[in-house]
Amino acid sequence: MPKQIILAAHFPGVNNTTVWSDPRAGSQIDFDSFEYLARTAERGKFDFFFLAEGLRLREQRGLIHDLDVVGRPDTITVLAALAAVTTHLGLAGTLNATYHEPYELARQLATLDHLSGGRAAWNVVTSPGAFFGENFRRGGFLDHADRYVRAGEFIETARKLWDTDGGEFAVKNSQFDIKGRFGVPRSPQGHPVVLQAGDSDGGRELAARHADAIFSRHHQIDDARRFYRDVKDRLGKYGRSEDSLKIIPGVSYVLGDSDADAQEKAHHIRRQQVSPQTAILLLEQLWNTDLSGYDPEGPLPETDPVLDESDTIIKGRAGMYPDRLKTANEWRARAEAKNLSIRDLIIEVTGRQNFIGTASRVAEQFDEYVQTGACDGFILVSHLTPAGLDDFVDQVVPLLQERGVFRTEYSATTLRGNLGLA
Amino acid sequence: MTLHLAIALDGDSFAADDWTTPVRQADEARLDFVTFQDSFGGRRPDAVQVAARVAPLTRHVGLVPVATTTHTEPFHLSTALATLDHVSRGRAGWQVRVSHDPAEAALLGRRAPLEFDDLFAEAADAIEVVRRLWDSWEDDAIIKDVATGRFIDREKLHYIDFSGAYFSVKGPSIVPRPPQGQPVVAALAHDERVWSRLDVDVYFVTPADADQAAKIVRRLPGRKVFADLVVGGRTPTDAAVFTGTTTQLADLVAAWSGSGIAGFRLRPGEDYGVSAITGELVPELRRRGLFTPSPQQRLRERLGLPQAVNRYQEVARA
Ligand SMILES: Cc1cc2nc3c(=O)[nH]c(=O)nc-3n(C[C@H](O)[C@H](O)[C@H](O)COP(=O)(O)O)c2cc1C
Repeated sequence: MPKQIILAAHFPGVNNTTVWSDPRAGSQIDFDSFEYLARTAERGKFDFFFLAEGLRLREQRGLIHDLDVVGRPDTITVLAALAAVTTHLGLAGTLNATYHEPYELARQLATLDHLSGGRAAWNVVTSPGAFFGENFRRGGFLDHADRYVRAGEFIETARKLWDTDGGEFAVKNSQFDIKGRFGVPRSPQGHPVVLQAGDSDGGRELAARHADAIFSRHHQIDDARRFYRDVKDRLGKYGRSEDSLKIIPGVSYVLGDSDADAQEKAHHIRRQQVSPQTAILLLEQLWNTDLSGYDPEGPLPETDPVLDESDTIIKGRAGMYPDRLKTANEWRARAEAKNLSIRDLIIEVTGRQNFIGTASRVAEQFDEYVQTGACDGFILVSHLTPAGLDDFVDQVVPLLQERGVFRTEYSATTLRGNLGLA
Repeated sequence: MTLHLAIALDGDSFAADDWTTPVRQADEARLDFVTFQDSFGGRRPDAVQVAARVAPLTRHVGLVPVATTTHTEPFHLSTALATLDHVSRGRAGWQVRVSHDPAEAALLGRRAPLEFDDLFAEAADAIEVVRRLWDSWEDDAIIKDVATGRFIDREKLHYIDFSGAYFSVKGPSIVPRPPQGQPVVAALAHDERVWSRLDVDVYFVTPADADQAAKIVRRLPGRKVFADLVVGGRTPTDAAVFTGTTTQLADLVAAWSGSGIAGFRLRPGEDYGVSAITGELVPELRRRGLFTPSPQQRLRERLGLPQAVNRYQEVARA
């Protein structure tokens, strides 16, 4: 039997992927939207539904970002409600290890696992930042280097609590000193599924050691294969098999009646995603300085980016440019060679449309990625809320099923079971 | 006079059905709300999640989980409860709890247990922060203005800039303003010292009889005072315990109804469970005109609480 593809549905949140201006776009907040997307994913026999999280509204130039979707409901509370309207779909939530306590979060996740009959998953993210810390008692106390120490000990502690089966525990490590009784009996999955979404060396090590799955950004096939190999090769030293860690990049897709039709749609979507105002803001995120005086239809700045990483122009978003100068030079060269305006360039370089074509082309590419070691599956990020997954479920899923690479019925009741994790 | 009726649920089950069944019964009987007991360390599921889990399966009943201010972040509490209000379409409440048990503090390991005054001072600050965060988005902050490309009007979002003895919180919330504006805040207050300290909409009190109930109501003008009543039980409690037939229970409700209390929170005991309350007592109270279900869906309106005014909107207008 060929390798089976994992599929998950991301409820698109605060990135500029979401085309909220489309007349077909629904609410980003109403429970109806969450329910619709979750039911669609379950109709498509998806493995899980996925929610991101951010603990403070992003700011740029010292002002709250107002162009993309802003605001979203609390992750785990939405998932608990979705457990009532779905039966097999996994429910994965991003929850920050820096601004929660292990007892509290382990209890919430175990509760969700019970209330959903074994479908809970936790995407562990970390924040070093004083920026988020301003909303919490702890403040911005974590050094960048320490956040994965805390995250690792956090996961170990949570697993220890889950293993008590509602009994006594005592944990003492560099981050936590806690003891008492964990009031939650063993949940259906024992350990809710753990996902990880950081990309640095520390993040990859954390995943290799502790995670069941990785939510990655690596989706260009060569890059994806390199990432896949890198992470899977790290498993051996922790005594783990390659199958025990699933790699699932977040991807977008555009379907059309023909490949040309899909390309045209994709182009149109990209222009909606990157308005002239958004183009300038995205450019500022690399240049790290106010570029509001620049014409989005004009050439890139000739001045170099500001390299001061202690004071970035955007706050509340993970840093995406390890080498600003190098990237800026690449962008300038590219814009010059192809005669691109700022907006055209930004549309090209921030593009996340990975799969564009007819349903059969997209099905074929998904299959190729998974069979040739680029990933184990995909977290689909559609540009429309909440109906953006309809075409995928109606057109692509049946083709994957025909190829024998995607389930026609759920084989297990728990998420762990469906993912083929022990 | 028609009264409000609520049921206090407290169970150790982690099976969703054990919660959906009684809450649906309360919903069908058109009770005003149910509360969900909670504490760290006890054998119980997380109450906010239980409330969210039953929300899509019910339509009328208010959902009021207990959550502690002692060991949790006010920011997390505020967003979770605002979200409960979103997923229940305006039926969320919050029963504030403080935790003085050292064993509970050891579960979190954050610090030593606080003394009474500090516990309540911290709780008062937490309520203030939670409420400010609910107000931090004005109702119409989401504008989706295609012409300017703006999703929100950031002038309608507000930093709360709270700074107190126990924590400081910047804001604004990450969750847009909940449907009720302010979900209903309640607290158990058998101790008088609690009344003056906590700014809540609903007080659960535990008078021994109608006279004592009337005295408490006089001391809490403008608040909704609910009498806690254990029905048919031998559970250890400081609330009045009642055992008897449905008719006798209805007589007692009638006798207390003149005291000025807004309603009763019934705590099902060992031999008078949720089905008896919804199937026998409620029809009897309806017959006697002591309980008339509210047609309102939002909990604030069901309870006749004033509409929530957004403090920041007022400032902006002034
Ligand atoms: C695909 C992906 C998704 C992420 N999603 C979130 C999120 O929802 N919430 C969050 O706070 N951080 C999120 N992050 C940020 C990571 O948690 C982490 O802070 C960031 O990647 C920096 O860590 P690193 O240096 O290990 O890459 C995400 C990161 C990646 C790569």
